[in-house]
Amino acid sequence: MVPSQVTTDVPRTLLRTPTRSDRIYRGLAIGTGLLTLVILALIGLNLLLQSRTAIQSQGLRFLTSNAWSPQQAEPSFGIKAVLYWTIIIAFIALAIAIPVSIACALYLTELAPRQLQKPLRSLVDLLAAIPSLIYGMWGLLYLQPHMIPFATWISTKLDFVPFLRVSRPSFSSSALIAGVVVSLMVIPICTSVIREVFSQTPQGEKEAALAMGATRWEMIRTVVLPFGRGGIIGGSMLGLGRALGETIAVALIISPIFVIRPSVVETGANSVASLIALRFGEADALQRSGLVAAGLALFGLTLVVNTIAAFVVARSRSGAGVDI
Amino acid sequence: MTVTAEGVTNVEATKSGALEARAVSAWFGNHKVLENVNLFMPPQSVTALIGPSGCGKSTFLRILNRMHELVPIAQLSGEVLLDNEDIYAANVRATHTRARIGMVFQKPNPFPAMTIYENVLSGLKLTGTTVPNPDEVVETSLRQASLWNEVKDRLDSPGGALSGGQQQRLCIARSLAVQPDVLLMDEPCSALDPTSTRRVEETIHDIKQRVTVVIVTHNMQQAQRVSQQCAFFLAEENQPGYIVEAGLTTDIFGNPKDDRTNDYVNGRFG
Ligand SMILES: Nc1ncnc2c1ncn2[C@@H]1O[C@H](COP(=O)(O)OP(=O)(O)O)[C@@H](O)[C@H]1O
Ligand SMILES: [Mg+2]
Repeated sequence: MVPSQVTTDVPRTLLRTPTRSDRIYRGLAIGTGLLTLVILALIGLNLLLQSRTAIQSQGLRFLTSNAWSPQQAEPSFGIKAVLYWTIIIAFIALAIAIPVSIACALYLTELAPRQLQKPLRSLVDLLAAIPSLIYGMWGLLYLQPHMIPFATWISTKLDFVPFLRVSRPSFSSSALIAGVVVSLMVIPICTSVIREVFSQTPQGEKEAALAMGATRWEMIRTVVLPFGRGGIIGGSMLGLGRALGETIAVALIISPIFVIRPSVVETGANSVASLIALRFGEADALQRSGLVAAGLALFGLTLVVNTIAAFVVARSRSGAGVDI
Repeated sequence: MTVTAEGVTNVEATKSGALEARAVSAWFGNHKVLENVNLFMPPQSVTALIGPSGCGKSTFLRILNRMHELVPIAQLSGEVLLDNEDIYAANVRATHTRARIGMVFQKPNPFPAMTIYENVLSGLKLTGTTVPNPDEVVETSLRQASLWNEVKDRLDSPGGALSGGQQQRLCIARSLAVQPDVLLMDEPCSALDPTSTRRVEETIHDIKQRVTVVIVTHNMQQAQRVSQQCAFFLAEENQPGYIVEAGLTTDIFGNPKDDRTNDYVNGRFG
């Protein structure tokens, strides 16, 4: 005979009665979380509505055309070249910022004398507080004159590299100079994210490596860098988001072009944000709508980048590393 | 009998792995935590360090392989001789000393992102040593740490996926893979279940033929089971720690000279 209890052997539903403060906290947390999403969605929707005229006028050409002439009798404009230069500038900025930020973060967490760590950390954080206009002016007035000889030199020595070959010897207002300036603005953000993750490296693992006779550098390579990989990727993505959206510094430095060419040292570049900043004031209704559409594209791009960043950082907290 | 430095070093001068602390004192900032510690740890045997918490056993152990100096505010005086050479001499590199004097920590600390196989070989990799037969090194080391049978079919799984006891034995295997002269163990079994503890004790028993072992333990039975020499550390309130009595384990437990030792090993304080 089967004992009667067996028939009742189903998983039991556990009832929880949350306390009042629990409920309030939950409500608040969910509420604010949802609010962010709602705001984000509303911004997207608003951009979409305002860019409708432009998208209707240009259709898919808006993404595939390089030219930007919305004021002609037959208006024609697209953001392919502008997006291209936006990404190129961001890429140059990151190519400089990522290694420098990793080195900075390592110095701040592992190498700097303890008394120096805190003041240096604040100093790097302070760099993020400098207005981008200042970076832009510095880039234009100081960096550019000093970069031109370097750009000239590198393009003559390495002219077999398509990115460094120029059609005419004019090196001011280039994507390279803009990229260098943007990299300086990205470094503090990257550094602080990477530094946070590095500083969470388990002491036990660091000591394990050192106790086996590792030098400081070998310990960093075997323990700190693998542990911080998620932070490096996340910090870089965050920096990428910042670099893609940087406006005024880029607007000050570049001279806008609407063609796609490989050379980054030659005069001329562009970016979505600087295009909007430079054109918005004088624009008629159609161009305005076109600029909003360009903004929408940038919004989408940074959203994707930041989502990937958040995902990567969240997944790698365990320290077990990420498989990307 | 007290094990004197001269007595034993003369007899065993040819063997490698004799460790001797001479007049070691240690500070963290202004806080002196060890005072004038003299201890000879003969090769091919196990020395146990016992004493209440906070009396400086871990600090002393970390001085023996130059881990102490990694704490920014840490200082020390005195000498530590490995085979009669001061490991703190100007011409001796800390990394070299640490490679010869391995350490197993209280909390198991395998590299979680590395596989079991890579964990065992990590010490060789870190010191830039290449071996012709890595597979063999892995098997021998894991066997010595009595972990081989449990992991031989999953050497590719991550070291962090093992149980606490297995992780600790993996750490022992990792330390043994570099063939150190001395192995320092800081309460290696305090986080382990009885079975893993017994395994680790067996391992200690097996490896002492080749490696000088110094072990900190709070477990008096363990000290008696695994060690041949024993040193009893003590620190009065806010005073630096020192060695009350050191000698053969049988004497410390069976015939202690100092009343405080007697009280401690019989569980009357600490
Ligand atoms: N990193 C450190 N910084 C400052 N003081 C420390 C540090 N590590 C240990 N101490 C102090 O040194 C003394 C001895 O500690 P420890 O060697 O860990 O003792 P035990 O291992 O015998 O329990 C304690 O008073 C402890 O507070
Ligand atoms: Mg301790």
